[in-house]
Amino acid sequence: MNMVDVKEVSKTYKQGKVAVHALAGVSLSIAKGEFCALAGPSGSGKTTLLNLIGGLDTPTQGKIFLDNDEITGLSQSRLASIRLNKIGFIFQSYNIIPVLSARENVEYVMLMQGVPARERSERARAVLDDVGLAGMHDRRPAELSGGQQQRVAVARAIVSNPAIVLADEPTANLDSQTGQGLLEMMARMNEERNVTFIFSTHDRMVMDFAHRIIRLKDGLVAHEQIK
Amino acid sequence: MNFHMAWRNVWRNPKRTGIILVAIIIGAWTMLAYCALARGVMASSLESALNTLTGHIQIQNPGFREDPAVENRIRNPAPVAALLDHALPKGSCWAFRVQAGGVASNARNSQGITIVGIDPEKEPELSFYGNATAQGRLLEPGDDRGIILGQALLDSFETKIGRKLVLMTQDADRETASRAFKIRGTFRAEMEGTEKQYVFITLAAAQKLLGIGDNVSLACIRLPGRTGQDKAELNPVVEALTRELPRDLTALTWIDLLPLLKGYLGMFDRFMLLWYLVVFIAMAFGLVNTMLMAVLERTREFGLLKALGLTPVRIVKNVLLECLVLLVIGLGAGNLLGVLTIYLFSGGIDMSFMAQGSEFWGLGRLVVPFVTAKDLLSVNAVIMGLGLLVCLYPAVKAAGITPVEAMN
Ligand SMILES: Nc1ncnc2c1ncn2[C@@H]1O[C@H](COP(=O)(O)OP(=O)(O)OP(=O)(O)O)[C@@H](O)[C@H]1O
Ligand SMILES: [Mg+2]
Repeated sequence: MNMVDVKEVSKTYKQGKVAVHALAGVSLSIAKGEFCALAGPSGSGKTTLLNLIGGLDTPTQGKIFLDNDEITGLSQSRLASIRLNKIGFIFQSYNIIPVLSARENVEYVMLMQGVPARERSERARAVLDDVGLAGMHDRRPAELSGGQQQRVAVARAIVSNPAIVLADEPTANLDSQTGQGLLEMMARMNEERNVTFIFSTHDRMVMDFAHRIIRLKDGLVAHEQIK
Repeated sequence: MNFHMAWRNVWRNPKRTGIILVAIIIGAWTMLAYCALARGVMASSLESALNTLTGHIQIQNPGFREDPAVENRIRNPAPVAALLDHALPKGSCWAFRVQAGGVASNARNSQGITIVGIDPEKEPELSFYGNATAQGRLLEPGDDRGIILGQALLDSFETKIGRKLVLMTQDADRETASRAFKIRGTFRAEMEGTEKQYVFITLAAAQKLLGIGDNVSLACIRLPGRTGQDKAELNPVVEALTRELPRDLTALTWIDLLPLLKGYLGMFDRFMLLWYLVVFIAMAFGLVNTMLMAVLERTREFGLLKALGLTPVRIVKNVLLECLVLLVIGLGAGNLLGVLTIYLFSGGIDMSFMAQGSEFWGLGRLVVPFVTAKDLLSVNAVIMGLGLLVCLYPAVKAAGITPVEAMN
């Protein structure tokens, strides 16, 4: 069963008179439970592709299916609801709401999803322990290291068992050791919870964790490698 | 949790929050203070006018207002008295009066005045007559030779208590009638004009002077406490009276009798609105600017929230909640300050320093600022309602931030 189907998708940005072809007809499928890396040089379209899959942006051409439902052409509010209920996002930085503690960050998304209070708190505690933040639930972002903040972001992304977690260079701002720890934890979540992950990266070490590497170049899939 | 978030966001930049709070506090405070002062001035002007023989409601012959002559009198006072004794709201008081133009004279001077025949027992609670004695004493029941006049008039006649004063007028048969009275006392009024205009004798003495038997010019009615300030409070009473009043008589309110005063008081209401507007616009600018700054500073954060799947409506609500927190804190403190200020001045503000100007409008010398519950409500509703309305702009701006732009 495919979690994501990208069919002949292209994305063109207009910058003044110049058209930038960020994606030039990409097709790929990602199955449930995959742990998949998007690699490629800077400007190859990794972020653009993740944004399109996540419904943050709309393709110029082509179709995208998420959990077998087409998301291209949906209204902003439908897309918002899909992001809320089916997708977990992890960005490179500035991932968590600064005025909320780690636990509140995780709970906030559940609040928006309409999860009852007691269940919210139980699930938030469990997932934070799971990502290795036991004892730090009530810390504010300012009191957490970069790696710990990314762990909060992972916890928030997976807490409601989304169809897919999209992570755009989640380790780019971390030193390699911390990055490796985060990746190990993500790989464990992928195995234990069977959550589908797609993450983009430049980093060889990070790619090594992936079961499948999709290489982009100039807005096209240049190479695929399955381990 | 939404509230927690709003609360903490508000205090993220304490300096900026402090500035905007000060603006809201000053806004609410000055609105209340101005409103209270205006209310005080209005109440004082109205009280002074009602006191100067107008009362809340008068029963008259329909011709009397145009031409307050002896012919336009109430010829059947008995049923009116019976009606007023039972049909008025509890705590009201009323009395008959005879009123006629005339001339007062002594050996030195003579001057046009208004002769007012009063009920010595009932008049004191009805008008300034009862509480403004300067020298001597008030008329006693049955004292048909006594007269009370203003201190200024006494001075201009260069006479004193105990001396005689002759009143001359036209009686019911259009014959000149005159009679000598003995000065029993003088009164002080807020306006010198009042002191020079009115002289008081007993109802019986006035009836005899004019030759009108038991007839009277009018009945003056005072409603209890602060009621009777506007049409809404007066109309039910007038309607109740009119239903049972003899056909040839009419009930008039102070609004009918003093249209100019009504206009003047209405002007205050409009000034008040204008003041609200000025204060509010200044405040709104501050509020919108700060909120806009706060929103733009947090572009990435709003982008993140959008990416997480919050709808634009949810984000508008979040921003408005922050405005609400600011407004509630600001209004709370502003109201407290306002009420405290009003309380501090509850002894009254002496306006005699502007006596010249104030006399013109019959402003009393002591103005006690006060606000009604309705005023409090409207000041708060204006700031709260319009405040949230203007915050809609930064809120919509925040909701319009797209994750793709914000995260780049
Ligand atoms: N909002 C935008 N407006 C205009 N051009 C854009 C925009 N976003 C991306 N691009 C262009 O699209 C191309 C692909 O960008 P994208 O961000 O997807 O690359 P990337 O693979 O994520 O690169 P990096 O590794 O540097 O993050 C680039 O040439 C970029 O300049
Ligand atoms: Mg990128």
